[in-house]
Amino acid sequence: MRINMSHGSGGKASAELMKDIFGKYFSNDILNKMEDAAVLELHGRIAFSTDSFVVTPVVFKGGDIGKLAVCGTVNDLLMMGSEPKYITAGFILEEGLELVLLEQIVASMAKAAAEAGVQIVAGDTKVVEGKGGLYINTSGIGTIPERRNISAGNCSAGDVVLLSGNLGDHHACILSARMEIENQIKSDSACLNTVVNSLLENKIKVKTMRDVTRGGLGTVLNEIAEASKCGIEIKEGALPVHPEVRGFCDILGLDPLYMANEGKMIAVVAPEDAEKALAFMKETEYGKDAAIIAEVISGKGVAMKTRLGGSRVVDVLYGEGLPRIC
Amino acid sequence: MKNVELIIKELKEYDGPVIKIMEVCGTHTASIFKSGVRSLISGKIKLISGPGCPVCVTPAAYIDRCIEYALKENHVLVTFGDMMKVPGQNGSLSQAKGDGARVELMYSPMEIVEKAKQNPDIIYVIAGVGFETTVPAYALTIEEAARQGVQNIRLLTALKTVMPALRWICENEAGIDGYLCPGHVSVIIGSEIYRELADRYERPFAVAGFEPEHILAGIYDIVKQLEPKAKTEATVHNIYKNAVKAEGNKKAQEVIHRYFEPGSAMWRGLGMIPDSGLYLRSEYEAYDAGSKGLDQDIQLPESCRCGEVIIGRINPNECPMFGEACNPMNPYGPCMVSSEGACGIWYRNV
Repeated sequence: MRINMSHGSGGKASAELMKDIFGKYFSNDILNKMEDAAVLELHGRIAFSTDSFVVTPVVFKGGDIGKLAVCGTVNDLLMMGSEPKYITAGFILEEGLELVLLEQIVASMAKAAAEAGVQIVAGDTKVVEGKGGLYINTSGIGTIPERRNISAGNCSAGDVVLLSGNLGDHHACILSARMEIENQIKSDSACLNTVVNSLLENKIKVKTMRDVTRGGLGTVLNEIAEASKCGIEIKEGALPVHPEVRGFCDILGLDPLYMANEGKMIAVVAPEDAEKALAFMKETEYGKDAAIIAEVISGKGVAMKTRLGGSRVVDVLYGEGLPRIC
Repeated sequence: MKNVELIIKELKEYDGPVIKIMEVCGTHTASIFKSGVRSLISGKIKLISGPGCPVCVTPAAYIDRCIEYALKENHVLVTFGDMMKVPGQNGSLSQAKGDGARVELMYSPMEIVEKAKQNPDIIYVIAGVGFETTVPAYALTIEEAARQGVQNIRLLTALKTVMPALRWICENEAGIDGYLCPGHVSVIIGSEIYRELADRYERPFAVAGFEPEHILAGIYDIVKQLEPKAKTEATVHNIYKNAVKAEGNKKAQEVIHRYFEPGSAMWRGLGMIPDSGLYLRSEYEAYDAGSKGLDQDIQLPESCRCGEVIIGRINPNECPMFGEACNPMNPYGPCMVSSEGACGIWYRNV
């Protein structure tokens, strides 16, 4: 069975799709009321974010577009120190999409949402002409506990930058699939609740958190340096990269500093908390390869102290990160 | 080889006359940039990025032809990733993709043979760009296609050889004091081939690998060769002996020769250089997608001084277009197109 235009008509086929697939996996008290909008009880400050997911292939080693769509929005909410509560899911399905594949992706979203402790409380489906692909938008809200203040502009000289694990896995995985290169590289797609909570629940003085997605670490650190009006110095040897990803990058001329990840974050913490924070991160499943990778310094921009003691500027990513040959 | 700490110390403390060393290879440039080699040596040792990035020197007419094929019915253009951004007369492959051009990234040209067999109705046009290092892979692709009777593969080549360009630079640019020879290319062509230039132009040549330690050793070797008492003996030193033989890789040279023959080629920024291109021999012309004569380049704005940057005559920031009109998002000349071009690097570092 495949998706066709009638699935987006709002009629009987739409209703069946709702019942057989979305209703089956996304069941909760709020959604089940089937009102025009979800009604939520929330108090205090709220973090609110949205993201669209267009990745191909839609299923890859270590995840799929559904898991990505939940984790992406959950991670954005987490990075502001909020507790993710509710998300919405908008689907744009292309004609010809296999229903089995859609069900697999929806099930994967439900699993990721349960793991992250969020409820999917509203949704929408449209069908367009195409070649059997799908796109997902998720929006989400989370509540920010009182007196919590996490922002890209909070860093000052002396602070320490932690990275939660290996760089480049997702990017290398997707590129391998697109270029039909056989390897064992898996996407790192994951919701980072446990990593964030390991810091916040243990009273680590966290200044800034960012998930390291498109644009890569180089771009994220530049954004933080600019927002905090300070400089950041990375230690080259300290950047964790899986050997297989390293090899892949060497062959294709890619730089892990600018590769996308889907389950990695950086946390900038006060210097006295750095070692403790690292230990807490390493105890979590998605933070076991965490490392202290950089220091906030006075000045501006991001630089890297190289293995031989040299120094180079680390700029933001320009254009698309493409493999090179020379 | 001397201990790397000692080499760094001596190069940092160098206080003799200003030395200009050209690194001919884009991979050296990238490694120098990534490992911060410039920050480790004296300001009196200037590293000039030569025309060693085959992509950057590809003329616009070639890009235009690639786009033409990618837009043609039943055709797919396959390319390495960094060709995507190089501007032609009417934009780049990246932009053309937005207009519906069928462009696929390849990992190795050999994989296209299998792809072509699976999709006999599509003609795969392989954008073959590169120096001696990549040429054998294209030769073997044609060999395999011929062996299996696969007929829906074409090569659109902008393949170039390093020696004619190096000769051109030695001839036209007396200001370069020494040359750091490309490692990968030298694996194929050998180290002895540079001797003719070293002798004629009395310049030191060092063949080095790509680790920053190797590059520093290469620079150190050139600096030592240039010391007043040694200068008359400037010659070729191969300090990448575990990979580069004096005569190179004979087998690879033979494969190249079997399928390709030299012809003149256009280098963006340098101009036309006789015998610096490689084209499929007439026996294999059925596999050629019309690679000859793609010489016309974009009319670079008059104020673009890329040609002078490439040969080290001026620094990138001395070009009036640098940074403002010409930047990595909107590049004109070859040195800004690639992240390994001199201007691209300068833009990110200064």
